[in-house]
Amino acid sequence: MYTGAQSIKRKSHMKRELYRCRYLYLLVALPVIYFIIFKYTPMYGLIIAFENFKIRKGYFGSDWVGLKHFAKYLTDPGFWVLVKNTLLLSFWQILVVFPVPILFALFVNELPGKHFRNLVQNVSYLPHFISVVVVVSMLTMFCSKDGLINDIIAAFGGERTSFMLQSGSFRPLYVISELWQNMGWSAIIYISALSGVDVQLYEAAKMDGAGRLKQMRHITFPSILPTITTMFILQMGRIMNISFDKVLLMQNPATYEVSDIISTYVYRRGLEGSQYSYAAAIDLFSSVINLFMLCSTNAISKSMGQNGLW
Amino acid sequence: MKTKATKIRETTGSTIFNMINTVIMLLVIVGILYPIYYMFIVSISDATAVMTGKVSVLPVGFHLEVYKQFLTDDYFLGTYKNTAIITILGTAININMSILCAYPLSRQDFYGGKIITAMVTFTMFFSGGMIPAYLLVNQLKLLNTYWAVVLPGAINVFNMIIMRTSFQSLPGELSESAYIDGANDLQVLLKIVLPLSKPIIATMVLFYAVAHWNGYVHAMLYFTDKNMYPIQLYVRSLVLSGLTEMTSLSMDLSTGSDAFGVAQRSIQYGAIIVATLPILFIYPFISKYFEKGVMIGSLKG
Repeated sequence: MYTGAQSIKRKSHMKRELYRCRYLYLLVALPVIYFIIFKYTPMYGLIIAFENFKIRKGYFGSDWVGLKHFAKYLTDPGFWVLVKNTLLLSFWQILVVFPVPILFALFVNELPGKHFRNLVQNVSYLPHFISVVVVVSMLTMFCSKDGLINDIIAAFGGERTSFMLQSGSFRPLYVISELWQNMGWSAIIYISALSGVDVQLYEAAKMDGAGRLKQMRHITFPSILPTITTMFILQMGRIMNISFDKVLLMQNPATYEVSDIISTYVYRRGLEGSQYSYAAAIDLFSSVINLFMLCSTNAISKSMGQNGLW
Repeated sequence: MKTKATKIRETTGSTIFNMINTVIMLLVIVGILYPIYYMFIVSISDATAVMTGKVSVLPVGFHLEVYKQFLTDDYFLGTYKNTAIITILGTAININMSILCAYPLSRQDFYGGKIITAMVTFTMFFSGGMIPAYLLVNQLKLLNTYWAVVLPGAINVFNMIIMRTSFQSLPGELSESAYIDGANDLQVLLKIVLPLSKPIIATMVLFYAVAHWNGYVHAMLYFTDKNMYPIQLYVRSLVLSGLTEMTSLSMDLSTGSDAFGVAQRSIQYGAIIVATLPILFIYPFISKYFEKGVMIGSLKG
């Protein structure tokens, strides 16, 4: 409870502060408008998930149907396949694509010779800057029946196969191409964290007779653990939202049973099939799970004595 | 005596470790570069050698027919032009908007800054998703305009936070003395903060420009007019959808080569190379900016 005098004092303090920062508000005005229009308006637009949205009737004129779309989605037999495909791909992402850059960073850090180290780093970053269309194009061509991979297999007397048309090779190909493209770039954040490690720790460990691998395990790894935790929490916040752009390019009807994930399904139903409300409901469902996973991983990390995002 | 023995053993162990590590890293380098090199040699090799799978280490024969065909293909050149426009316009918007957002938020004494930061970072973790975004662009009448591709992603929050962190790490003395001399926030930003921030701005130009050059999703969602298509969608239709009717390149599918005797595969690899060329070309000049420092602390706060 403020008394009148305090409230007036507070108001004049606020006025003074607002005036002092006037130029900063001028600068930030355009970005704030941008966030409201292009980020918050679509969030508000999610109300169509609870309607039978028709473009000509608009957000307010369309019929309210409550949770109908969610019920339809959750009871659809295809629902579990989509969730399974999405989670399995995320699972491989977390199991392989997430840890390999950490290992890569640890070993790059141990390389003798600054020049060779720089060369390895710069070459490893390069594929990150190549577009996903090009990467998937390369993958498709290399894996086609007369492509590079099959040339090698045939040279060793093996059978030629169209890998892109086989369900069994979808996830391995996803993981391999993901590693090719992003192993180096994902390692950059760990490498820069490693540059801050105190050299004296290594000296002391050497005195105690620790070999190179032991030093990596007991000094280098713990010193980048906070970074790893942060990246892991962010990764968990995307668990239902795995790279749409890449999977859409990689998939074809022959592999839908494993390659169709929630986001590609949303695209096909929502934009190619114009079922806006249903697709928006599916998307909202995933976004809420993502947010939930992010918050709970953050909470678990903090309760284990590690760092969190907030 | 004993200490000496341990020391020698440790050094040999260390040497073996270094050797294995170096060999692994050499394999990594080859594994990363060979696919790109392979596409290049296929694109310049003779059609028969390509189709019999004889091209693996060195090009067989030499011709630039593939690239000549691209240079005379009007549709291809159009997609290249679209991508160039999107990249230049988009990056200019990105950089200005990011600075406008990052500078005020980098100031500890910005009244209300915490609320705006929270509002901005929340969008990293939750969004309306594809459908409402599409309906918004539709309602704003932006479909089939370049704005549809450049405006919705005007600020990448992650990049903006890196920029903010960089602004925060600048020494405060210069700005303080400018304030004492009567400068306002705008003058400090333009005359002191930005000139000191060239490395981070260069990095951001690179990140944003590459993202525009490589992007295809927005164009796929918001462009129905094929004359608006960027280069990435051209590559997609040529390689992934196997469509050649969009281009003037006529292909004889029975022989797998076109009228000029160029293998279809050479053309497809050629398209991939041409779409990637600007990036491969500028990469050596920009990789020095990835030195440590750019990313440090970017995730804090």
